[in-house]
Amino acid sequence: MSTESVQFHHDADRLTHDLRHRALIQKALGGYYLKRDEQKAKYTDWQQARASAAAAKYEAVNHLDEYLVEFADKLAARGTKVFWAADGAEAVEYIASVARGADVKRIIKSKTMTGEEIHLPQALEKAGLEVVESDLGEFIVQLRDEPPYHIVFPSMHLTRGEIDDTFQKKLGSAHANTPEELTMIARGVMRQKYCAADMGICGANFAVAETGQISITENEGNARLSTSLPRVLVSIVGIEKVVPKLDDLAVLLPMLATAGAGQNMTCYNTLLGGPRQPGETDGPTEFHVVLLDNRRTSLLADPEQRDALHCIRCGACLNVCPIFKNIGGHSYGTTYQGPIGSVITPHLRGLQSWKHLSFSSSLCGACHEACPVKIDLHHHLLQNRRNAIAEKPVWWEKPIFAGFAWFMRHPALYRLAAPMLRLGAPVLHAIRGKSFDPVRMWTGTRDLPPAPPRSFKEYWRDRNAKR
Amino acid sequence: MPNDSREKILRRIREALSVKAPARHLVHTENRGHPGETGSTIVPATGWLPPVPDSPIGLLALFEKNSLDLKTDVRRCTDAAAVVSELAALALENRWQSVGSHHFALGNEAVSALGLPVVFTDQPYETAALERCDAGVSGCECLVAQTGGILVTSASAGGRVLSVLPPHHVVIASACQMVGDLSDAFDVLRKTHESPPSFASFITGPSRTGDIERILVLGAHGPKKLTVLLVQA
Repeated sequence: MSTESVQFHHDADRLTHDLRHRALIQKALGGYYLKRDEQKAKYTDWQQARASAAAAKYEAVNHLDEYLVEFADKLAARGTKVFWAADGAEAVEYIASVARGADVKRIIKSKTMTGEEIHLPQALEKAGLEVVESDLGEFIVQLRDEPPYHIVFPSMHLTRGEIDDTFQKKLGSAHANTPEELTMIARGVMRQKYCAADMGICGANFAVAETGQISITENEGNARLSTSLPRVLVSIVGIEKVVPKLDDLAVLLPMLATAGAGQNMTCYNTLLGGPRQPGETDGPTEFHVVLLDNRRTSLLADPEQRDALHCIRCGACLNVCPIFKNIGGHSYGTTYQGPIGSVITPHLRGLQSWKHLSFSSSLCGACHEACPVKIDLHHHLLQNRRNAIAEKPVWWEKPIFAGFAWFMRHPALYRLAAPMLRLGAPVLHAIRGKSFDPVRMWTGTRDLPPAPPRSFKEYWRDRNAKR
Repeated sequence: MPNDSREKILRRIREALSVKAPARHLVHTENRGHPGETGSTIVPATGWLPPVPDSPIGLLALFEKNSLDLKTDVRRCTDAAAVVSELAALALENRWQSVGSHHFALGNEAVSALGLPVVFTDQPYETAALERCDAGVSGCECLVAQTGGILVTSASAGGRVLSVLPPHHVVIASACQMVGDLSDAFDVLRKTHESPPSFASFITGPSRTGDIERILVLGAHGPKKLTVLLVQA
C-alpha cells in the first residue's frame, strides 16, 4: 500500500466513527439539498440543460488546441500577458518572477483551487511575500493552517465556536456569537488588506475563447475586490476551463450556481478581458493569465475518461457522495475531494499512489446523477480500478477466482459444502471480527446473516415433492 | 521569461485529441423535444433554463420576484423627479455622509441634489476616499429578469470598484433596460461595445456568504445592501 493509501485509511476510519463530524456535515448539506431542489424545479428541463452544458464542454475539450489559442490571442491583443505553464513549478516560478519584477510585497488571493493544486500560496510565502486568502472560508482554514475541506465550502467542517476560537487566537478579536458577527470581523480585517495589496491572485471558472475573457464566479465580492484594487493581477487558469462562446456562459453560469450552491445565480459573475484600458480610471495596470497544464493533457489523452475535464468544479458530486459524507474532505489528502477528485487525482498525481480512492466507492452513481455536465464519474472510478489492476496485478486474486470458478462448476462439491457451512456458521459468528478470525478485515465491519434452516435447493426439492 | 511550453502543451493536446472521445451527452438529447414541440426542433440551450416571459410587464414582475428572494430592494420611480426624491430618502434613511458616483444621464441630477460630498470614479480618484463613502450610486448595462441580475461594466458603472467597495450599492436604471436572460444581456454588450469590455459583472443581490455553518450572511466583502431605482419607461 502506498503511504497515501495508509494515511487515507487511517483518517477515513477515524472520521467515519466521528458522529459529531457526521452530524455537522449532514446539517450543512441538508440545507443545500433543499435549495438545490427548489432551484432545479424552476428549470424548464434540468436534464436537457445538463445535456446542453455537457455539449458545450465536449466541444471545448475536444478542440482544446484551437480554443486555447483563440483565447490566448484575444487576451494578448488587449494587453494581457499570457504565460503557458507545463507544470506547477513553471507556473509558480513565473508568478514569483512577476511579483519580483513589479516590486510586490503583499498579495491578496481570491479562491483558486488551481492555485491550491500547485501549492502557490505556500511557494509565494516562502519567497518572502505576504499572501492573504480573501474568501471567508479559505481565510478561516488558512488561519488554522488547514487545507480546504471542500472545493466550494472550504470551512464546512467547522462550527461557529471553533471559528470564534481561531479568530480570537489569530486575530485577537473579541468573542463573537453569531456567523454574522464573525463575518464582520473578517470583513474588517480584509478591507485593509485589499487596499494595501500590490498584487491580486485569482482563478477562473471559465475562459471564453470567443471574446478572450476569464469568468469568475463568487458570492462574497472578494474576487471582485482582489481583481480590481491591486495594481498587478494574476489569474491562474487550468487549460480545461476554456469554453467556445460567450453564450455558453448563459447556460453554464446558472447551472454552476444551482448545482454548486442551490442558487439561481451566484452573487457576482465577473468577466475580465484585460488590464485597465485607455480612458479607464481603475483596475490593474498589469494583468497576467497563466494557463496551466500540470498533467491535464495526460487525462486528455485517455478518451475513455476525457469527459472528466468537463468538470466545472461545482462540488455537487461531493455533496451527494456517501463516501464524502462519512469520511469528510480532509481524509482524501487531495486538492480535489469527492468523486471528481478520486477520478482525476490518479491522472494528475500517479495511478498507483492514488488508486485507493477509486476503490473507496460504493459505485452508487449519485455523483453522475448530480453532475451538471454529466461526467460519467462512477464508471470512471471503475475504469481506474481496472487500469490499476492491469498495470499492477494483485497476485492472489487470479488463483482465488480460478478456484471459485472450479468449485462452482462442480455441483457435487457445492451440495456437500452447503450443509457444512450451516454447521460452521455458529463458529463463524463466534469468532467474527476477533483477532484470530482469518477474514476479520472483511467481517470486522460487516454482519453475517444467520444461515437459513434449509438451502434453496432443499426447499425446491421439498416443494416439488409435495406436489 | 521565454519558454517553449506553449508549443509543448499544444503538441500534447493535439496528440491526445488524435483519438476521439465518445459523445456520451448526446444519448439523452435525441428523441426528446421541448414540451409542446416536436422532437426535431432545435431549442437554444437557454430554452431549458427557468422560463422567461415575453412581455415587458412579465419581465419586470419576474425581476422583482427574484430581487425579493435575493434581498435586493427594488423601488419603482415614475419619472426623473421621483428618482431624485427616492435617492434623497435613501440618503436620509441610511444617514449617508458621502457617496461615490460617476456621471450618467439617469443619475446626475439625483446625485447632485443630495448635496453630499461625491467621489467621482470616472475621473482619477483615491481608493481610500471611495472606501470611506457610505454608498456607491451607479448606472448599469442592463437588468436580467431570469436571474434578478444587474450587468455592470467599467463604462456603464463608473469603473470596476464603485459597485463593490462602498457598503451600499444603488443602481439607477430604466425599465427599458430589462432583458430576459444572460444571452440577451450578452447581446446588449455586443450592441453597445465595439470589443468585449475589459470588465463586466453580473451582480445578483447584495454580497453574501454561507461559509460559517452554511448560514446566510449579507455583506461578506462587497455591499451589504443593494437598491435598484427603476425608472418606468
